[in-house]
Formats: sequence, C-alpha cells, structure tokens
Amino acid sequence: MKYVDEFRDGRLASQLAASIAREADPSRSYRLMEFCGGHTHAISRHGLADLLPGNVRMIHGPGCPVCVLPIGRIDQAIRLALERQVLLCTYADTLRVPASGRLSLLKVKARGADVRMVYSIAEALGLAQRHPQRQVVFLAIGFETTTPPTAVAVKQARALKLKNFSVLCNHVLTPAAMHAILDTPSGTRLDGFVGPAHVSTVIGSRPYEPFARDYRKPVVIAGFEPLDVMQAILMLIRQINAGCARVENEFIRAVTPDGNRKAQALMDEVFELRDHFEWRGLGTIAHSALKPRPAYAAHDAEARFGLEYRPVSDSKACECGAILRGEKRPAQCGIFGTVCTPDNPIGSCMVSAEGACAAHYNYGRFREPSTGTHAPALEDSA
Amino acid sequence: MCLALPARVEELLDAENAIVNLGGVRRNISLALVDAIAVGDYVIVHVGFALQKLDEEEAARTLALFAELGQAQGGAPEAGAQ
Ligand code: SF4
Repeated sequence: MKYVDEFRDGRLASQLAASIAREADPSRSYRLMEFCGGHTHAISRHGLADLLPGNVRMIHGPGCPVCVLPIGRIDQAIRLALERQVLLCTYADTLRVPASGRLSLLKVKARGADVRMVYSIAEALGLAQRHPQRQVVFLAIGFETTTPPTAVAVKQARALKLKNFSVLCNHVLTPAAMHAILDTPSGTRLDGFVGPAHVSTVIGSRPYEPFARDYRKPVVIAGFEPLDVMQAILMLIRQINAGCARVENEFIRAVTPDGNRKAQALMDEVFELRDHFEWRGLGTIAHSALKPRPAYAAHDAEARFGLEYRPVSDSKACECGAILRGEKRPAQCGIFGTVCTPDNPIGSCMVSAEGACAAHYNYGRFREPSTGTHAPALEDSA
Repeated sequence: MCLALPARVEELLDAENAIVNLGGVRRNISLALVDAIAVGDYVIVHVGFALQKLDEEEAARTLALFAELGQAQGGAPEAGAQ
C-alpha cells in the first residue's frame, strides 16, 4: 500500500537502528513513553524494541481507548442493553472488555441483548433511522480521533430530529492523561514521549508544548509505521543528549501545528468538558473527558436514561493499572498468558490489539526479556 | 481501533461522502471533517471518516530524508532486517 510500504523498509530500519545505537550514550539510559496504543502495536508487531540498544527502553502509555475505560462505564452500557432493551452499538474491541460479574457486552449479546458491532458511528445512526420504534444507543469511546466522528453523528441526529438516537459518551483527552502521568509523584521516570499520530492530526502539535516547556520532556510526534517510530526515537535521543526539550513533528505529512480546525470546531460545538472522569489505571482526573453540551441532551444517553456512574474496582490479580501508568510490563502480571489471554481477557489491556498485554502476547512474549540485539524482526512489505 | 490508514480517494459521492481505496478494498467514508478533497488525494481514514488530508510533498520529503540517511551510511549493517 502506498504511504505504508515505503515506511516499512527493513534495510532503512536497520540503518536507523545503527544511528540510534551510535548516538545513544552508553553511560545513561533513555526511558521513552509511546503514549498511543497504535505505536505500542507497531513496536510489538515489527519487533522494534529488539532493534534498540539495551539502554533505550520503550514504555507503553495509556493511549489505548479500550484499556483506559473503567468497568463502571461498560456496566452502564450493559445495564442499558439488559434492563432498558436498547439497541446498543459500539466499536468491535469494546465488546470484549471485561465488566462486573464476569460479564462483557459480548456475553450479554449471547444472552439475547441487542448488541451490535459497527465499524463507524454512521452505521448506528442508520440503524436509528431504520428502526424508529427502537432506542439506539452508541457506546462512544476513544481519544480525539473518534470524538469528531461522534460530534458529526450527534449533529446529524439533531438535524434529522431523531428521537431514538443517543450516545453514551466516554471520549477522553490525550493531554489530560499525559499531565496525569507526569504529575504522579511516585510515577515512573520518563525522558521523553513519542507523541500520537492520529490524535495529533486532529489536535495538532501545539497542545504538547506545555510538556516540553513546563516539564522539560521532549515530545516527537510520529507516524504509525516502523520507520516513523525509529526516526522519532532517534530525534528524541538527539534532544535528550543535547539537553533540549522541544516538540518536534516527524509525522509532518499529516500533522500541522494547528491540527484539523474543522474537526476541533465540531467537537467544541457538540461537547463540553466533564468536571472529572475515572480512567482505568490513572484514577479520577479533572477535566479529562467530554460529554454532550446541554443543547444536545436529547442525544446524551446519560441524560436521557438517567444513568448514574458507579465505580467498580478491577480484578485484584490484574496489573492493568500499573501497566497503563508505565510502571510495570505485561510479563510482570502473574496471570499474563496463563489465566489471561486474548481469548479470555481478565483485564482490558488484553482486549484490543493496541493493548500492551495483547500486543505483547501476540508478538513479543517469546523475546522477553529484550537484550537489545539487532534481531531482524521487520516483516516484508505485505 | 486506533489504527488508521492512508487511503486514496477514488470517487466523490456528494459534498460529504466519498469512496476510497483502502489497500484494494473500496469503502464509503465521510468527508465531514475535511475540506477541499479531490479524487486522487490521500486521506487518513479512521472509523469511517477522513481525519486529515495527507500532504504528499511532506511524505516525499520524509522519505528523502530516510534515503539520505541510507546513503550516508553506505548500505545496511551486517544484521540487515530483510
Ligand atoms: S495480563 Fe491480563 S490481567 Fe494481567 S495486566 Fe494484562 S490484562 Fe490485566
């Protein structure tokens, strides 16, 4: 595929790896967080950690929307499907997230609840138009990439005067999560961030400036392909060696300083900040998530169905919280790969391909612990 | 689900909808979040929406930078990742 294959060239990846090995100072270590689950997936799938010297460590961040969704939020959707008999639509990965009472949306679907997987929120809107007698609820999750599509759908529902379409809104904000990670006093040491690709196409590179300026952490926004990630790591190492902290943009082919203004205006029109929101692993964070503005209350499932949020603690055995904070690695969870597998996830990080545990299970577990030798792990272009 | 891919716009259906070619698969997507898209443009597609137009000149520049690096080092080190 054009604009994919060229960025997966194995020979160039080895050359970037050689530059990284040459420029990384052996007398120090580099702890770099890839915020976004898409990068976690790319790093595992292409074996990039094995191309890095031992003193350059990639730490998985909380940027996997399925992973940070707390149990209490899935429970709300399950209650709507079971007790209010709504037609509940959501993105595929969300169906398998473990909820209270060993349930998931997939399991309640098997019990007869009307739960449907959609590729796009536009499909959910179409279902509402075709089934005027049913209440259609879209369980909306995700960072600033899925939020603008939700805004478009909510606006359309209002324009069409649909009385049976609402959104259970769980949209969360990337900068707020980065602040939360950096503000954890006992948190893991980080020397820089690989900034998200597609979130940044929407919000632009400017929102990362406080992390460089106030926290002195360099940020390099990177595309999702292996060469993008390797180049971003090299750029981070150069900044760290020079004692700089700047926001740089490797994904210049799709990210501008201002981002997508049209998408931002739509989000702003439809959504407002929540006072606080509970994240799995990061706890309750002020001003870290969105909900529909009062003008759109008719399409806000929490308002329409009078839903309350009840927090539920995670399974005691599950280390997702520490993993999402970058404090532990998947293999340090006692039930990783034994009790907890992608077929039977106990925690949310084992659900989606971008979850640290699932990525590690699918691609990385036979290489642990990584010693940083130059294992030829890039696959041929598909 | 955060994965999003660059896709070529094949056909404009109306002001807000288009058909793209996503690795050989034709798919309807919404253009509601972007402006001034023409047939032949590449867009980043995510959950059925174009999020941003891909800047082909900048893509070429990034690739040229990688190529330069390749030449500067005069070929692959011994453990080539092929
Ligand atoms: S392996 Fe499973 S239970 Fe353990 S931290 Fe990962 S998702 Fe949670």
